[in-house]
Amino acid sequence: MRFNCPCCGERGAEEFVYHGDAAATRPDANSPTAMADFIAYTYERTNAAGVHRELWYHAAGCHLWLVVARNVMNHQIISVARARDVALAQTAQATCGAQSNGGT
Amino acid sequence: MAAGGYSIFSVLREALRGHTGWGPAWRDAAPKPAYDIVIIGGGGHGLATAYYLAKEYGEARIAVVEKGWIGGGNVGRNTTIVRSNYLLPGNIPFYELSMKLWEGLEQDINYNAMVSQRGILNLYHSDAQRDAYARRGNAMRLHGVDSELLDQSAVRRMYPFLDFENARFPIQGGLIQRRGGTVRHDAVAWGYARAADRRGVDIIQNCEVTGFRTDGNRVSGVETTRGFIQAGKVGLAVAGNSSRVAAMAGMRLPIESHVLQAFVSESIKPFIDGVVTFGAGHFYISQSDKGGLVFGGDLDGYNSYAQRGNMPVVEDVCEGGMALMPRIGRVRLLRSWGGIMDMSMDGSPIIDRTGIEGLYLNAGWCYGGFKATPASGLCFAHLIARGEAHAVAKAYRLDRFATGHAIDEKGMGPYPHLH
Repeated sequence: MRFNCPCCGERGAEEFVYHGDAAATRPDANSPTAMADFIAYTYERTNAAGVHRELWYHAAGCHLWLVVARNVMNHQIISVARARDVALAQTAQATCGAQSNGGT
Repeated sequence: MAAGGYSIFSVLREALRGHTGWGPAWRDAAPKPAYDIVIIGGGGHGLATAYYLAKEYGEARIAVVEKGWIGGGNVGRNTTIVRSNYLLPGNIPFYELSMKLWEGLEQDINYNAMVSQRGILNLYHSDAQRDAYARRGNAMRLHGVDSELLDQSAVRRMYPFLDFENARFPIQGGLIQRRGGTVRHDAVAWGYARAADRRGVDIIQNCEVTGFRTDGNRVSGVETTRGFIQAGKVGLAVAGNSSRVAAMAGMRLPIESHVLQAFVSESIKPFIDGVVTFGAGHFYISQSDKGGLVFGGDLDGYNSYAQRGNMPVVEDVCEGGMALMPRIGRVRLLRSWGGIMDMSMDGSPIIDRTGIEGLYLNAGWCYGGFKATPASGLCFAHLIARGEAHAVAKAYRLDRFATGHAIDEKGMGPYPHLH
């Protein structure tokens, strides 16, 4: 596998460290269902057979955290993005959503 | 086939008849409309479960449904090692039961599985590692399992060609379990299939499960590519694909699927008469009876359902081999392949009930499923027949992560790619 790092260009997978599912988001610790939410967040996985969005760290390169979409059936890389950009986009989306909810 | 079982007499008789009298070792069964028990997955664990259900628990009307052909999955893809050198109380009695079942397997199922107790030697390369191995060896002995801590001179007598004076990883000694060894993996699948078939189990190949039917909160059967099969109880033994099959029943499991590669070299003359593992990296090796060096190492380390891996791990495994025994460098690699592992969140398996009545789960075998085959089959059969966990499999609960009873043999936490 080779990843097209946004900073370094195309590099072999041996330069990167894997950190699992990028879709998992840390639950709200103050929620009444926090215990069950954290158990699910920590231990349960969707583990679907298809496209998997996952975190990779460019340890032997630029030290960027990346969100990679990869088909786990054949190891085809579909997209590579900076994790920071993905997080900012998600925050922006969440904020927009909250504002529009507030307006109605 | 020759009447009765396989024996020296049947072999001699067939030798004289030009081997014209052998028949199929099991029937190619078509699905019946209904069974008492349906086991999903015709690998080692599923076939062993069906066999012990019929033999030990007197169950009848059992079917094993398999999406491909039996033995086409991980039971035919592993490196054939059997051992019971575990550390934690939840694991040792289970794997020791498995070891004892291996020791009597061939007589039990009347099939030559080439069980070879050639010994497994785990090498240590530092004082700290020696202490950790001594602790493990003592834990094993406290549970009545054989283990012996060897110093460097004892290892030298066994394998003089190892790189003892390696600059980075000098070999100080090893922990040996002499009862460990290897078993012919395909023969395990075929032997259990034949033995189960002879007790009336239907082995249905090319029959993929596509869904579950439930009646209230009780399972009533499975939808398959060969039609609906009604079932009183259903057991899942589909390691590698557990999450996919469980998702059809609405379950989300504490499992990730990862790829593990294995390798075999060209055949050479007798070289290594036991199983040897490198303690400073991840590399294990034995020699098959055909002469090929069978070896492997770490997971590739990312989620995968592709039965093949990538080059970085090939390189890593070969480097481990070269650090341990440089003379294998001139042996040519014959082939490599990958298998899909059910990596659980603590590195230990699950044999338990599920939230659906009558649906049982056998999963999460990580990369240690082969050695567990007989005990997994027996304990899963016990659970399905009796509705309660077998004495040695009580720790393998599905809810152990939520209750804080994880069995983390390697101490890695819920990161399957690190186990």
